[in-house]
Amino acid sequence: MSFAIQALTRSLNVFHVAGSACNNCDIEILDVLTPRYDVERFGITLVGSIKHADVLLLSGIFNKKSAVRLKHLYEQAPKPIVVVGIGGCPATGLMFRDSYNWDVPPGEYIPIDAYVGGCPPKPEAMISAIVKLIGKLRGG
Amino acid sequence: MTREEIVAQIKERLGAKIVDFHEKSAKRYYVEVRPEDVPEATRLIHKELGARFQIASGVDTPTAIEILYHWAFDQQGFVVTIRTKLDREHPEIESVSSICTGTEWIEREMWELLGVHFKNHPDLRHLLLDDNWPEGKYPLRRDYEK
Amino acid sequence: MAKTTIVPIGPYHALQEEPEFFKLHVEGEKVVHLDIELGYNHRGIEKLSESKTFEETVFLVERICGICSCSHPIACVQAVEDAGDIEVPERALYIRSTIGELERIHSHLLWLGLAGHFLGFNTVWMWSWRYREDVLDILELISGNRNHYAMMKPGGVRRDIKAEDLPAIRKMLDGLKGPINLFKGAVIDDPLIHARTEGVGVLTKAQAIDYCVVGPTARASGVAIDVRRDHPHAAYGLVDWDVVVMQHGDVYDKAIVRVLEMFESIRIIEQCLEKLKTVPGPVDSNPKEVKPGEGIGHYEAPRGEVFHYIRSDGSNRPARHKVRAPSFMNVVSNRVAVLGETVADATIILAAVDPCYCCTERMAVVDAGTGRKVLSSQELIRLSQEKTERLKKELGHEGPKLKLER
Repeated sequence: MSFAIQALTRSLNVFHVAGSACNNCDIEILDVLTPRYDVERFGITLVGSIKHADVLLLSGIFNKKSAVRLKHLYEQAPKPIVVVGIGGCPATGLMFRDSYNWDVPPGEYIPIDAYVGGCPPKPEAMISAIVKLIGKLRGG
Repeated sequence: MTREEIVAQIKERLGAKIVDFHEKSAKRYYVEVRPEDVPEATRLIHKELGARFQIASGVDTPTAIEILYHWAFDQQGFVVTIRTKLDREHPEIESVSSICTGTEWIEREMWELLGVHFKNHPDLRHLLLDDNWPEGKYPLRRDYEK
Repeated sequence: MAKTTIVPIGPYHALQEEPEFFKLHVEGEKVVHLDIELGYNHRGIEKLSESKTFEETVFLVERICGICSCSHPIACVQAVEDAGDIEVPERALYIRSTIGELERIHSHLLWLGLAGHFLGFNTVWMWSWRYREDVLDILELISGNRNHYAMMKPGGVRRDIKAEDLPAIRKMLDGLKGPINLFKGAVIDDPLIHARTEGVGVLTKAQAIDYCVVGPTARASGVAIDVRRDHPHAAYGLVDWDVVVMQHGDVYDKAIVRVLEMFESIRIIEQCLEKLKTVPGPVDSNPKEVKPGEGIGHYEAPRGEVFHYIRSDGSNRPARHKVRAPSFMNVVSNRVAVLGETVADATIILAAVDPCYCCTERMAVVDAGTGRKVLSSQELIRLSQEKTERLKKELGHEGPKLKLER
């Protein structure tokens, strides 16, 4: 395990970007941080700037306007960074895939490491995804 | 004022300017006027009769582009829709945002999504779509292709 | 002449619906103009809806917003029912109102928590979100999902509320009363919250009428409109409840309207649950077709009136489907509410109409002359929180105390 990966997988600083989402996934992401699930116990915190992030969470489809912003954000992110798509939208676009205001899923222009399915995924699913992802990164 | 009085006022004040009057139910009225009479109908219904602007729907039909201004009378519990039909080739109508500020955004939206030009609108620019959106392509038109 | 600086807020954020881009034009500390840019969340739902059947459309509009995920479906199915003259069984009406009011409670708790966060009371945030989970539990019990309940369909509801679940729901609901009372105390009695919100971001009654704002934003400005009362639908005409109206139009009144509305919601749900014990099924009239015609459906979502217009040409798909969310009317009113206020207060004012909170997480102050970033997002929230700290010292007060008895 490299030093970078070791440092990356300790206490995750999460930056969350909502594309053109219905914001349900976004609310559920915050739910994971509030008292019932409280992942802050494990040092997982939401940060206000991409420059501090270890993990980038995406939710929703990214339309023509927000896709540009996402590319900029990813360029500014410190590497290595783990990118996770929350919900079905970043993976396939779900019911919005025929919309005139988007072109391709974000996976086509930035590398996405993992997807958590569901509409929206339950907080338990997200926690399980985080645990699996950390294990995978550490080569488990 | 009761519902009957308001409906009678609309009929009387707009008079011959009403192209079509349709009472769908006791809660839904549809009044069609010519495009040039829309500002007058708006002034009557908003300023004098006190209706609340809900929204305007722009509909592209095979024969015309229809704009429906939905007005709610909350105390009496019914909705009056002012309908007007515009020429499909050159859809153009006077803006009513100076009469009711609440209409400003929806006029911008209809301008960019449906290609209706609102004359004398204070701020006609993109609201929802990207500024680089190709000109002359209106997603809510029937013939729009991605 | 003072130099005008632009403070961009946005474009998009982490938490709420509709990523928006506010550009605050400031002179020193004072806000002199606000420009709002939308479109980061535009998915073309109205066009997509034309390619879906009437039943599928309900699932689509449910995904307009994750917080109002039953308001849009209720308005949508009402529009279809209005267009096609479809009857709805009485039992379905009570179920619709029950779900609608549960959603209102969880949405208002969500708002309250975030308002607390921006004022620098993270305790309020954490506690109100903790009790919001209890509301989601009730919804999960009824519908099988925490959000996106998929309960509505043209002609009724998709599932019944089972008789054996009623006592459990009632018990969970009773458990909410204590915490909501607690939040009421935290907002009404706390001098610090008064100091931060009273007289801040005023929207006068005349402005509210001119901008045609809806929901709590209108009711806080003395405009007594509530679609539930004025245009009775679902079970709202069949149960006893009151519309909460305040007069000043400031942030404080907007908060009070929301807090008091939660009590009304509980009243409505209790009566609906009583009725569900006796009113027999079915819950769905199973319409086979939608006649050609046009229909309007509107529903009072937590943020205000949701409006749907549907035109049917006799096929199984809508020929045109127009959707208007409440924030579309409310957000424009920020233009006048925020004028003349300070940057430290702008956060809570923009948030007070409950539009899109987390814009503020991406706030940044940029000097218009050089385009250089002067303040970052967190610094702006910090500004707001520091103001609270300063007031705390001046008032000699500790902030809202939440003594929990559970």
